[in-house]
Amino acid sequence: MSEQQAMSSANAEQAAGAAREGNTSPVSGTGSKKMNMLQAINDALDIAMDANPQVVLFGEDVGVFGGVFRATSHLQDKYGRDRCFNTPLTEQGIIGFANGLAAQGSTPVAEIQFADYIFPAFDQIVNEAAKFRYRSGDLFNVGGLTIRTPYGGGIAGGLYHSQSPEAYFAHTPGLKVVIPRNPHQAKGLLLASIRDPNPVLFMEPKRLYRASVGEVPEGDYELPLGVAEVISEGRDITLLGWGAQMEVIEKAAVMAERDGIDCEVIDLRSILPWDIETICKSVLKTGRLVVSHEAPLTGGFASEIAATVQERCFLYLEAPIRRVTGLDTPFPLVLEKEHLPDELKIYEAIKQSLSY
Amino acid sequence: MSMSDTRTTGSETSGSKTRTPDSATRSVDELTATPTAQQLSPDSADVLHRVAFMTGDELTIPIFKRLRQDGTLYREGDEVSLERDKALKIYHTMLFTRVLDERMLAAQRQGRLSFYMQCTGEEATVIGSAAALEDDDMIMAQYREQGALAWRGFSCDEFMNQMFGNELDYGKGRQMPIHYGSRDLHYMTISSPLATQIPQATGYAYGQKLAGKGRCTITIFGEGAASEGDFHAALNMASVHRVPCIFLCRNNGYAISTPSSEQFAADGIAPRAFGYHMQCIRVDGNDLIAVYEATCAARKIAVETNQPVLIEAMTYRLAAHSSSDDPSGYRSKEEEAIWRDKDPILRMRHWLEAQGWWSEKEEKAAGDQLRREVLESMKRAEKLAPPPLDSLISDVYDMPPPLLEQQLKDLKQHIRKYPHAYPKGASSMGFSAQEIEQSRKTHEQLQQGGEQS
Repeated sequence: MSEQQAMSSANAEQAAGAAREGNTSPVSGTGSKKMNMLQAINDALDIAMDANPQVVLFGEDVGVFGGVFRATSHLQDKYGRDRCFNTPLTEQGIIGFANGLAAQGSTPVAEIQFADYIFPAFDQIVNEAAKFRYRSGDLFNVGGLTIRTPYGGGIAGGLYHSQSPEAYFAHTPGLKVVIPRNPHQAKGLLLASIRDPNPVLFMEPKRLYRASVGEVPEGDYELPLGVAEVISEGRDITLLGWGAQMEVIEKAAVMAERDGIDCEVIDLRSILPWDIETICKSVLKTGRLVVSHEAPLTGGFASEIAATVQERCFLYLEAPIRRVTGLDTPFPLVLEKEHLPDELKIYEAIKQSLSY
Repeated sequence: MSMSDTRTTGSETSGSKTRTPDSATRSVDELTATPTAQQLSPDSADVLHRVAFMTGDELTIPIFKRLRQDGTLYREGDEVSLERDKALKIYHTMLFTRVLDERMLAAQRQGRLSFYMQCTGEEATVIGSAAALEDDDMIMAQYREQGALAWRGFSCDEFMNQMFGNELDYGKGRQMPIHYGSRDLHYMTISSPLATQIPQATGYAYGQKLAGKGRCTITIFGEGAASEGDFHAALNMASVHRVPCIFLCRNNGYAISTPSSEQFAADGIAPRAFGYHMQCIRVDGNDLIAVYEATCAARKIAVETNQPVLIEAMTYRLAAHSSSDDPSGYRSKEEEAIWRDKDPILRMRHWLEAQGWWSEKEEKAAGDQLRREVLESMKRAEKLAPPPLDSLISDVYDMPPPLLEQQLKDLKQHIRKYPHAYPKGASSMGFSAQEIEQSRKTHEQLQQGGEQS
């Protein structure tokens, strides 16, 4: 991302400030600081560990090294090896361990190095973490659990360093799934995830780790889970996405604006549970919806959104709901650009929706 | 039923016994015949009447070594079975692997290649083991075993085509660099997720046993990957189902930044074999002759008795984990220097020279020739076209389903409108470089016009 794009992202943040009022807990610090997303995540982890001695961080390479992306840099130095440590290389072990630790009453923040490698832990997440409370009648729960994992493409990562597996987990009652779009959001949403009394899968758009830079409030603050954010208001069409895709959607909105199309851009932020009210309110106003994600079309979370929106807004829809997504293939490498739902593909979908 | 009644089947004396193939075969047979007999009536077991835990420290695992660093043999061993031509072919493969790794890391640093992983320091382990097998035995590796594939005869061009993901890449440009595979050379295509190939090797070897052609599978993995559940499942199933599989662990000290001291509390990987009643050996992984001979012997056990074997090769990852990694953040130069002094290639070279099979002059000529070969091959591969656009949807299934066909059709229609945004796809569809450039200019003008208005 260029400096200019980073700036426009920061501006969008400021512009969204008004829309966010009421969403944000009081910020204990006073100023703000320019940070990239990794720094914001590191800052959130630092604050969470400082505020609560029961917060424990672990995963592959998170200790001395501070994680392969350095999201946990310096935390072992600061809080000791008992609270920030390397685990053996076993994702099912990491999440099983995290479930036990959470059941005991601690607040584990487990890192899975890449979302592509989360699947050995699928059983521990889907059958265990998500069902712990329900199956025991809340005698036991793992509400303290947060799983952090980098996801997404656009980094020449091929099949196994690019996937966006949010929809697998969205099919799991009992779990929360949260995805931030920029540093400010990442810090506030991560702090809220760590403190939420439910297990949360926190997916970090790794393409933006260093590329997304913006003003981040200092000190402790939370952004609400389960609440979408209207980034910019518009009357003609609703554009909806999450994570790294927001940047792409905003570019498409700028292109559409040149054609005189006024887009309402919404960041879903929480995939599960998701904010049906905000989305439907917007579609009732605009009558058109484009949803975009990197994951394949079939069974992607856009499908769930489209189904719900047509149920609630059927008579108000001016055009079919459009999904702009990756193809129904594994994630490629050399033809990554062709595969990804970029701003041109979204722009085309906007125009088709308007001319329907 | 109390666990201590049924499971305390060992005593300190029996725990320290060296396992022989005989006793291993007998007890596996007994268990297979009556699976629960031993559990229900442990008549043959030693019995304790006072609590006494075992630590496993009763057993220490020796390390098999043949060559000293200066190329001289340890006196106690047998004569070396490796003959001249094979030894030289092995050495040449080691040199090729080192040169390839040096050149490709340099290419990555120059921005010509997106990613690379070096095998540096572990050449003896991967090439020595591959050389001990028959050429149609299956190799199921992790990702740092390019030397084994080079041994089988994968050409420099074939390596390059994969790394540059061009139209000749067997994997059709879908995977990151170094994810090689060759059906002809019996080398399973690399998958990034760790340890997934280990239980697959167990299954592959079971099929080989059923086929009855005397073939086996070797699966190679790091000590970090051995922490995955897949490793444990693989070894257990291999023992239970008696498969001709060699499990070769490259214990190279690090899983990215995590030292083996934080990976396991036990004495390495080898002792795990006993938990599954599997034979094992620990070898000096920088000692080509030791690795070669151990693997030859393991193959014999696997193929002749249908029993799996675990080999733990003690080595060191001299390179970074990958081109994305910087080891200075987690280990010292001094530690690296200790292992640089144990360079497996230099050790082999010293031995070859002592045999009178190799000289300084030949070393230089081979190095020059290999560097030239690698550079020329790289230049060829870089120039080749990317895989065709249609390869985006092939191989998802045997045939693309209708929805996927439609998605490709829609994509093509989109690319026709914006060829400049998808130069690879557009040129695959027949757009010329000039047409693509023209499209870029037209859209730039449109955008500028839009901004002015």
